[in-house]
Amino acid sequence: MSHYELRCRECGRSWGNQPRSICDDCFSPLEVAYDYDALKGSISRERIAQRPPNMWRYSELLPLPQGFEPRLPVGFTPLLQAPRMAAQLSGTAGAANLYIKNDAVCLPTLSFKDRVVAVALAQAKAFGFDTVSCSSTGNLANAVAAHAAREGLKAWIFIPSDLEPAKILGTNVFGAKVVRIAGNYDQVNRLCSQIADEHRWGFVNVNLRPYYAEGSKTVGFEIAEQLGWRLPDNVVCPMAGGSLIVKIKKAFDELVKLGLVEGKEVKFFGAQATGCSPISTAVKAGSSEIEPQKPSTIARSLAIGNPADGHYAIKTIKGSGGWSEDVSDPELIDSIKLLAETEGVFTETAGGVTIGTARKLYRQDRILPEETTVLCITGNGLKTTDALTGIYPTEQAIAPKLAEFEAYLQQTLNSGDAPAEIPGVVAAGVGA
Amino acid sequence: MPITVQIPTALRRLTAGASSITCAVSNLSELFSVLDEKFPELKPHLRDEQGQIRRFLNIYVNEEDIRFLGGQTYAFQEGDEVLLVPSIAGGAS
Repeated sequence: MSHYELRCRECGRSWGNQPRSICDDCFSPLEVAYDYDALKGSISRERIAQRPPNMWRYSELLPLPQGFEPRLPVGFTPLLQAPRMAAQLSGTAGAANLYIKNDAVCLPTLSFKDRVVAVALAQAKAFGFDTVSCSSTGNLANAVAAHAAREGLKAWIFIPSDLEPAKILGTNVFGAKVVRIAGNYDQVNRLCSQIADEHRWGFVNVNLRPYYAEGSKTVGFEIAEQLGWRLPDNVVCPMAGGSLIVKIKKAFDELVKLGLVEGKEVKFFGAQATGCSPISTAVKAGSSEIEPQKPSTIARSLAIGNPADGHYAIKTIKGSGGWSEDVSDPELIDSIKLLAETEGVFTETAGGVTIGTARKLYRQDRILPEETTVLCITGNGLKTTDALTGIYPTEQAIAPKLAEFEAYLQQTLNSGDAPAEIPGVVAAGVGA
Repeated sequence: MPITVQIPTALRRLTAGASSITCAVSNLSELFSVLDEKFPELKPHLRDEQGQIRRFLNIYVNEEDIRFLGGQTYAFQEGDEVLLVPSIAGGAS
């Protein structure tokens, strides 16, 4: 008997453990429920601390098949203090309580999607699938392809045709079959749900979705442990399908339930690009329902106009006393630069959305400088370098002579191009 | 207006195994009436107790989400292909 099973999120019907994502009775999504009473004696801070620094240290709270042996050290990414950026975002010096959860360096494919795929593929193997698949805005494609290669599974990856070249190449290289679809993510996703009806494949974000989504909880477990087993005041999280923010909340709730952290009201804040903001639009309008949108933003990893977990993301945000904001493409570019220039972290466009949103939340006094705030950076800037094309002109080469360099240095200092002590990189108009 | 409706696997047990049906209707409301009559067991799966379309059911017309076409007010055109898809689809297990 395993200590977890699938249950309908709406009507509560139990579905055991099987590759399925919806309740036949009411069409609502399924989610993994655990026997927490059985877990109470078997998990402790000390026991977790003795385990290797990766997401498998929380295995009791993940839906892993019996006998599962992890083969990749996924997760346990750095939680970085970000005082220099905090000063810029909050406009006050000495804001020591801002943190970056840096999944730009999550192994093996440099995004938080490695966490969800690691769990989904553990179940895919247990269910006997020889082929795994997904619809993806890029990071998930990379993660499924890499993990499938490692596990010896075949991978079919469905993507919108306009994805960033690095994300397509970063899928091809693992030997996955990449199917480009002439349409946006929502169309790719709809097609995949039809394909999943016809082929016995393990679609990580369709029929394996309840298991897959649980992997996101490890972001929350790690934040709490890395803060010294306490919860932050605020979490700012990018939203595409809306699952991550919901699962970080679930992770915090589980830690409280098991007595691993003290209970606390954590506010959850969602970040979207203005060009694809169905969740933030609903939150701002006070609605609990999603109106789908046609995405138009360079933040392609967040370009989901009809988010599957949108309804639950809205509930999580509103129920916590949080809020949701969205930022324009120029604002997200400025925010990518701000994070890089103040803290040495290069994030992708989604990370720019998170930082830009945090700036707005500080300006609106929804987040206060003295509060402990964690910004979730979910992907790596090297995958979306095309977003920065033309921002840094190619410098003219100089001869390898000291005199040439001295002249160049003088010219640079005179022109005012030298790096500033504290960069003031964010353009005017970024405020709330 | 003859249109075709594709039934997802998860609902075929309620349509006597039929994977698609053809019917002549002019809008969503008429379509639901026809489906209610033909497959009474299907009704609670498509709409909630208040008669609203279930939150997790997406309806597409020729690959386009019907909400982009005017939703309830959309007038079906001859030959339209309607897809009923759970927002997080089931999959062949």
